Amino acid sequence: MTDDWIIQTQDLTKEFKGFFAVREVGLKVRRGTIHALIGPNGAGKTTCFNLITKFLQPSKGRILYNGRDITRADPASVARAGMVRSFQISAVFPHMTVLENIRVALQRGLGTSFHFWRSDQSLDVLNGRARELAAAVGIADFVETPAVELSYGRKRALEIATTLALEPEMLLLDEPMAGMGREDIDRIARLIREVAKGRTVLMVEHNLAVVADLSDTITVLARGQILAEGDYHSVSRDPQVIEAYMGTAHG
Amino acid sequence: MLQRRIWGTVLVAAALAAPYAVYPVFLMKALCFGLFAVAFNLLLGYTGLLSFGHAAFFGFAAYVTGHAMKEWGATPELGILAGVAVAAAMGLVFGVLAIRRLGIYFAMVTLALAQMVYFFCVQAPFTHGEDGIQAIPRGKLFGLLPLDDMYVLYYVVLAVFGIGVWIVWRAIHSPFGQVLAAIRENEPRAISLGYRTERFKLAAFVLSATLAGLAGSVKTLVFQLASLTDVQWHTSGEVVLMTLLGGMGTALGPVVGAFVVTTIENYLADIGAWVTIIQGVIFVLVVTLFRRGIVGEALAFIERSRRR
Repeated sequence: MTDDWIIQTQDLTKEFKGFFAVREVGLKVRRGTIHALIGPNGAGKTTCFNLITKFLQPSKGRILYNGRDITRADPASVARAGMVRSFQISAVFPHMTVLENIRVALQRGLGTSFHFWRSDQSLDVLNGRARELAAAVGIADFVETPAVELSYGRKRALEIATTLALEPEMLLLDEPMAGMGREDIDRIARLIREVAKGRTVLMVEHNLAVVADLSDTITVLARGQILAEGDYHSVSRDPQVIEAYMGTAHG
Repeated sequence: MLQRRIWGTVLVAAALAAPYAVYPVFLMKALCFGLFAVAFNLLLGYTGLLSFGHAAFFGFAAYVTGHAMKEWGATPELGILAGVAVAAAMGLVFGVLAIRRLGIYFAMVTLALAQMVYFFCVQAPFTHGEDGIQAIPRGKLFGLLPLDDMYVLYYVVLAVFGIGVWIVWRAIHSPFGQVLAAIRENEPRAISLGYRTERFKLAAFVLSATLAGLAGSVKTLVFQLASLTDVQWHTSGEVVLMTLLGGMGTALGPVVGAFVVTTIENYLADIGAWVTIIQGVIFVLVVTLFRRGIVGEALAFIERSRRR
């Protein structure tokens, strides 16, 4: 049954002038699960991610979202269809306040985004919902703070709040814990588990340990291809996976 | 808030009294370039797009207004409307062709298109080549206001300037302006929130081109002249200088920049080629030392002293 899979890729390939960043990947993400895409540096995780979110065009292959072919769709339409991504570098609008950041995501629903003759006070009706979202990720005290002044972990939280504002069916998180301390990692992991309720999450991670108890399924990529797939238990014992990871400087 | 209102009142009062103290034609020239720079700033300062072809909208609208009024006997309001409409249409064409390019490529495409407009104007008979369209009659606005009266003309120009600046201010502080800010701050993120950012950039481009056309049309009325200078790349460069000098991304910066540059040109006109050199030096100083421009630096100074 196709409905079980929210994302399916077939034969997905991205070639950069003879170099295959992603080669014939057939990834399937089950609805309602947290799915992690991991692998050593240069394994093609981020390329794969950019292909699925349409920020890159594949050289070959197909991508199905809810059974619909989105291989040639543009990134904005993919987002409108309910599949919203985050970025490796925390993607906020730095010189806008936390409230404004979240509001920009909410305002698309008003349908007035091209109205240049209307006062921006007309957006104030969204403030209540924006504050709720800020509270949901634990940054309620910072709504008037410009995003640039937030700590790294809070920027990540803001990014998630902004993403949640779109009420996505599916969240794609690009290394949500990159560059974080232990404390922040735990906080964001809790947050991810929280927001994954009733949604599907596909996350890219570098570190196998981080996703161990967070994800239902783990796909390991190496040199642009799928090396192994399964739960943490089976994947972490796979000799090929161990070799791929030992082959890099990663401990 | 109160302080802002006081300042606003002072500014409006000064603008109303100005023609009795300063030569009105100079003021009107500065106001036209002020509006041009404000329109340009909507793109550079608030959308993050550097167009190097804005003279095409400014200068071509000037030709259209001049031609309509002189050859077809159009009334001033219709002449301006024609110029503005043509500028808007050109903005749409330029925008569609350029908007997919980023950074320097965007600037180059706009420059190339503007050069094409320039060469068209050199060749086309209706522009009268090097002579330009001269002695354009000013007529009566709405059949009532005699624009040949310097003071009447000044207040009309001031009103048009006010409306133009208000439109830009409104656009910046609107739902549309919020999306523009988001695009300028982080375009990939804006896309990932489902915004088709190219359409927003195109809308901003057309709006900016339209208002640049309005500035050009009104300038024709003031000088009774439409000439090649207005469509030349030099004018495109000048509006960049005005905006940077005054402070891009500030509401009043471009107006201040326009007044400073116009003053230099008017009062130092006797020294000829040196004006260009002085402009060059100012440009270098601004981009190396005063990145925020006159108004930007002043605002930063006030902010700093307030925090202390």
